[in-house]
Amino acid sequence: MKILVPIKRVPDPELKVKLKDGAIDLAGASWVVNTFDEYAVETALRLRENAESGESHGEVVVVTIGPDDAGQQLRSALAMGADRAIRIDGEDKALDSRVVAAVLAKVIEAEKPDLVVMGKQAVDGDANQVGQMLAGKLGWPQATFAATVELAADKASLTVGREVDAGVEYKTIALPGVLTVDLRVVAPTSVKNNITPASHSYGTGEGGPRYASLKGIMAAKKKPMEQKSIGDYGVDVTPATRELGITLPAARAAGQKVADIPTLVKKLVDEAKAL
Amino acid sequence: MGNILAFCEFDGGALRASALSNLSFARQAASAHGGEVVALLIGVGAAAAGPAAAAYAAKVVTVEHGDLGHYLAETYAPIVARLAGEHGAAIVCATATSVGKDLLPRVAALLDAGMASDISKLEGGNRFTRPILAGNAYSTVEVSTPVVCVTVRQSEFAPAEPTGSTGSVTSADAGAIDAKGARIDRVDSQKSDRPELTSAKVVVAGGRGMGNGDNFKQLEALADLLGAAMGASRAATDAGMVPADWQVGQTGKIVAPNLYFAVAISGAIQHLAGMKGSKTIVAINKDPEAPIFQVADYGVVTTWEKAIPELIEEIKKVKATR
Ligand SMILES: Cc1cc2nc3c(=O)[nH]c(=O)nc-3n(C[C@H](O)[C@H](O)[C@H](O)COP(=O)(O)OP(=O)(O)OC[C@H]3O[C@@H](n4cnc5c(N)ncnc54)[C@H](O)[C@@H]3O)c2cc1C
Repeated sequence: MKILVPIKRVPDPELKVKLKDGAIDLAGASWVVNTFDEYAVETALRLRENAESGESHGEVVVVTIGPDDAGQQLRSALAMGADRAIRIDGEDKALDSRVVAAVLAKVIEAEKPDLVVMGKQAVDGDANQVGQMLAGKLGWPQATFAATVELAADKASLTVGREVDAGVEYKTIALPGVLTVDLRVVAPTSVKNNITPASHSYGTGEGGPRYASLKGIMAAKKKPMEQKSIGDYGVDVTPATRELGITLPAARAAGQKVADIPTLVKKLVDEAKAL
Repeated sequence: MGNILAFCEFDGGALRASALSNLSFARQAASAHGGEVVALLIGVGAAAAGPAAAAYAAKVVTVEHGDLGHYLAETYAPIVARLAGEHGAAIVCATATSVGKDLLPRVAALLDAGMASDISKLEGGNRFTRPILAGNAYSTVEVSTPVVCVTVRQSEFAPAEPTGSTGSVTSADAGAIDAKGARIDRVDSQKSDRPELTSAKVVVAGGRGMGNGDNFKQLEALADLLGAAMGASRAATDAGMVPADWQVGQTGKIVAPNLYFAVAISGAIQHLAGMKGSKTIVAINKDPEAPIFQVADYGVVTTWEKAIPELIEEIKKVKATR
C-alpha cells in the first residue's frame, strides 16, 4: 500500500501573533509541521505498519510545497518514519488552496498512491479546504475529520469515524480516496489496519503522534528527498485568493473577579442582564 | 450581476437554525451582486421543507431522491455544482457546519472556484473577512474566480428573518447519482432535549478539572435549569468524559451565546477561539492565574464542587421571584 501525505509548515501556533505593515510579521518565526499534518503522518504510519513486529507493509511518501527551509519539516516527517519526501519549490505567500490542490492532483497522477492522508486544516489559515478540493478534482471519495480509521483486511476500503455536528458518522470509502484527520485520530486505539493486533495500544492516555527517535533522525538524513518546482507540473498557479489586509481582534474589556456565587448571580441579573 | 446559491440544511420540514445564518449572508451578498437568493435543499424531505424555505428566499430549488437520504459529499457536490451553473450563481454558500465544511470545497473543485472558509463578514463584492490563527487575527481576502464558494460562520450572522413574501419553489432533477464507492454505515448520536450548541442562548461548558463524566451531571443540572446547551473543552472530550460533539473551540464548535459558563477550563487559545464571541463569559476555576480569567466578564476563584450547587441554589431563588 502506498500512502501520500501532503504536509505544510506553519508558524509555531504557541507564539503570539504580531502585525507589521498590515500583514502577519513572520520575521524570525519558528516553523513547525502543522499539527494536523503531523497527525496525518502518524495515521499513515499506523496504517502501513505492524506496530508489534515493526514490519512495514507499504510506503509513506510526504510532500510539501514550500521554500527551501520547508525541507526541515519534511525531514521531521522522515524522522518519524516516512520513507521518502518530495519538496516542490514555492513561496507560501503565492499559494492558495486551489493552487495547492491543483499541484497535488498532478503529484498524485505521477505517484499513484492508494490513499492520501492529510490534516483536516492548517492551524494558520484555518481554511479546511485542500483535502476536499483534491478529492473533488480527482473524482475520489473523501472521508474528512476522521477520529477513527480502520483499513479493511483486503486494503480496498477504509471505514472512518467522522466527528460531525450531531455525533460520530461512520463512513466507508473505497480506495483510492482522500482521508483528512481530526485530533482524536492519534488516541491510542484510533487506527486499525488489520495487520497490527487489534489489542495494540499506541501509548496511553490521550495518545499523540510518535516522537522521532535518535535513530529515526539519523536515518532521515539519508532518506531520499526529491526537489521539484511548481513549473514542473504545468498547472496555472495564479492564486484566486488575494489577501487585502490583516487586523487583530479587539481585546475583550477586562472583566472582574467576584467574591462568591451569590455576588456572581446578583451581577448576572442586575449588571449583565444575562439571567 | 449574479445570484447567490445558498445550500440549506433542513430537518423535519423546516430549515435548520444554521441555514438561517447562511440565508442572512446570502441576502447581503445578493444585494452586493445585484442578484437573487436561490435556496437549495437536497435530500429526502427536501420537497416537504421547500415551502418553509420560501419564506426566506426569492427562489427555492429542491432536489428530492431516495438515494440522497444521507448526506454524502460525493453525491451532493455534483448537484450543487450543476445548479450553480443553471442558476447563474456568482456565489455558492453554506454554513460552516460539519456538512458545509465537507461539501463546499468539493463543490469549489468541481467549479474550479476559489473559496473563502468560515467567513465572519462580507466586505462587499467578493471580499470577505475571516478569522485565522485560531481567531487571533482576521484576514480580509478577495477571491477572483467567476464563481466563488463561501462557508459562513454561524455565530457571526444573525438568523435571517422571513422576507415577508413567498418565494417560488421548483424541483430540480438529481441527475446521475454516483457515490464513488462511499457509503454511510451508521451515525452514533446522543439524543438530547437541550438546544443545539451552536444556536443556544446559554452554554454551560466543563473542562478537564471536572474529573469525570459523572461529575458533569452537576453541570447538566445547571444547564437544564437555564435551558442551556452543554459544551466542553477538548481535554474533557478527549478523556471521554463527554461526547466529542460537545467540544467548543478552534477544532470544535464555534459558539457565541448570550451567556457562557466556563467551568474548570483553563482557557487555552484553541478553546477561546470557539467562545470569545460570547456576550457574557463567566469563569469558575480554582486557579486564580488561569488564562480564562483574562477573557471572562465575571470570574470566581473557587472549585466547581463548591460553586455549582450554590449556583443552582441561587438561580433557583432568582427564578422563584419571577
Ligand atoms: C491543534 C489543536 C487544536 C485544539 N482544539 C481545541 C478545541 O477546539 N477546543 C479546546 O477546548 N481545546 C482545543 N485544543 C486543546 C487546548 O490546547 C487545551 O489543551 C484544552 O483546551 C485544555 O482543556 P481544559 O481547559 O479543560 O484543561 P486544562 O488546561 O487541563 O485545564 C483544567 C482547568 O481546570 C481547573 N480545575 C481543576 N480542578 C478544578 C476544580 N475542582 N474546580 C475548579 N477548577 C478546577 C484547573 O485550574 C485548570 O485551569 C487544541 C489543541 C491543539 C494542539
